[in-house]
Amino acid sequence: MDIIEPLVKIVFIFLITLTTVAYLVLVERRVSAFIQNRIGPNRVGPAGLLQPVADIVKLFLKEDIVPKAANKFVHSLAPLISLVVAMTTFAVIPFGNSIHLFGRDIKLMIADVNVGILYILALSSLGVYGITLSGWSSNNKYSLLGGLRSSAQMISYELSMGLSIIGVLMIAGTLRLDKIVESQAQGMWYFWRTPISFITFVIASFAETNRLPFDLPEAEPELVGGYHTEYSGMKFGLFFLAEYANMITASAIIVTLYLGGWQLPFVGHIGLPDLAVSLLQIAAFGVKVGLVLLFFIVIRWTIPRFRYDQLMNIGWKVMLPLALANILITGVALLW
Amino acid sequence: MMASYIPLILMLAAGMFLAIVLLKLHQWLGPHRPNDEKTSTYESGMEPIRSARERFSVKYYMVAVLFILFDIEVIFLYPWAVNFRALGLFGYVEMVIFITILFIGYFYILRKGALKWD
Amino acid sequence: MSFEQVVFYFLAVLAAFSAVMMILQRNPVNSALYLILNFFCLGGLYLTLNAQFIAMVQVLVYAGAIMVLFLFVIMLLNLGDDRRLREHLGLRMYLGIGFSVALVLELLFIFLFRSSNSAVQQSANAAEMGTVEYVGKVLFTRFLFPFEVTSLLLLAAIVGAVILAKKKTAE
Repeated sequence: MDIIEPLVKIVFIFLITLTTVAYLVLVERRVSAFIQNRIGPNRVGPAGLLQPVADIVKLFLKEDIVPKAANKFVHSLAPLISLVVAMTTFAVIPFGNSIHLFGRDIKLMIADVNVGILYILALSSLGVYGITLSGWSSNNKYSLLGGLRSSAQMISYELSMGLSIIGVLMIAGTLRLDKIVESQAQGMWYFWRTPISFITFVIASFAETNRLPFDLPEAEPELVGGYHTEYSGMKFGLFFLAEYANMITASAIIVTLYLGGWQLPFVGHIGLPDLAVSLLQIAAFGVKVGLVLLFFIVIRWTIPRFRYDQLMNIGWKVMLPLALANILITGVALLW
Repeated sequence: MMASYIPLILMLAAGMFLAIVLLKLHQWLGPHRPNDEKTSTYESGMEPIRSARERFSVKYYMVAVLFILFDIEVIFLYPWAVNFRALGLFGYVEMVIFITILFIGYFYILRKGALKWD
Repeated sequence: MSFEQVVFYFLAVLAAFSAVMMILQRNPVNSALYLILNFFCLGGLYLTLNAQFIAMVQVLVYAGAIMVLFLFVIMLLNLGDDRRLREHLGLRMYLGIGFSVALVLELLFIFLFRSSNSAVQQSANAAEMGTVEYVGKVLFTRFLFPFEVTSLLLLAAIVGAVILAKKKTAE
């Protein structure tokens, strides 16, 4: 068996994710500044481009403060769980078609397994622990409330998320994400074919990644920092990194399931060499993910936060029935 | 079959490696000067009142139980959706019965107000 | 030893270790963490048996859903003070030790004297049977009735959960 090839891909994905996270934070700060008519960070390096480097160095040089009332082991374990889950969900997402390099075909996804989507759901269901445990172990009231709220929110929206995907699966007939992308050739994206499923999935992804308007776990006015109130330095950094990595993965999943993945319509017909087509497809995937990320950011700075009871009501009384209705409608449409 | 999961195992290991390296690096680079004030529980500048290990609303427990039950329903939908075309109308009717029975439970929850948050 | 065997022994040892640690921990949250690790290992063991779908469901339902409930209950009941949890074992402890020894002897007997002539063979198309497609095909045709009955079971569980929680919150 060949270990080198997957290892190279893993390192590649990690590097891409980490750089994207670093610059996503900068983009977010600049975009929010633009929306609020401010300037935003522009002092470190040209146009503030070195700001992420400064942020990372700062995080490393801060003191690691563990509250004496905390459960030390669980307190350190929680950010670790969050980060591992966030970084490894990407494994089953195809970021391009096969590419022909160094005399062999390389499939541009890390793990080609039969249960693709279930792997994503299984891992994201484990992500809840990072937040619950950090909330509990800190032995701080804000942390506990933030952690509890957040885990209740995440499990509620996980249901809608799982149900939304069913619509796509019924049409595609497989759990493999590469096959799902292939079935969206020629612009037949699932975004057009199951719009309800698309909408519920996007809303659920916002809730799963704890982004505004669903960022109740860290609602500053009421809960200070939420579950990571008692974290400092790189331990806080890991949560931060995990949140943004989750955002990237969520965008990548949205693109893969509903926006055609790496498909770029008509690119195969204009007579480019194979390698150029493959690279264009990877670029198409990157651009699509970037646009969804921008959407995430713009929403965060334009829509106010829900109240907690509203959030739970939307999850259980709107999203859940809507996602179920979508399954029944899709079924009728397919049988017709 | 197992071979297709090797990359997954590798990625989990790599993720763990990354997290541990970041934490260790931080421990090594950052200062360590703890004192009583610094390591006391943060409560917006007030003296902490009692421990945070308090009991909390039973509603969170309720949400977790209902989540498990509906999660199992979702799990059943996955193999069904993948085989949807092969099962045809027969499979569709099967699933409608299944969902209807669960929806009776869902309406029961709503009527009893188990998901009311206020 | 094949790759599958290496994975099997690694996971088996880890599963046994986490199970023992789960019982030995005094702090209930630590116990819950070891139980999660244990469920994870079981998921891995299913994978070595080619049961991909069951493996994922194991992680999704047991490690991802049921253990969240366990953690909630531990936190809800405020079991953090572990000194109060000390049990007073007298006769029960000796009975427990007796039964454990009996079980170990029985297992040893089976492993040492019976294993060779009742070797388990994995079905030739096991790899195909573990996939989601196959599970779905069988579940919704041959095992249709148990599947529908499951919905009644879930309904009963929903009613039970609501009644239990409601009783506690009654004003």
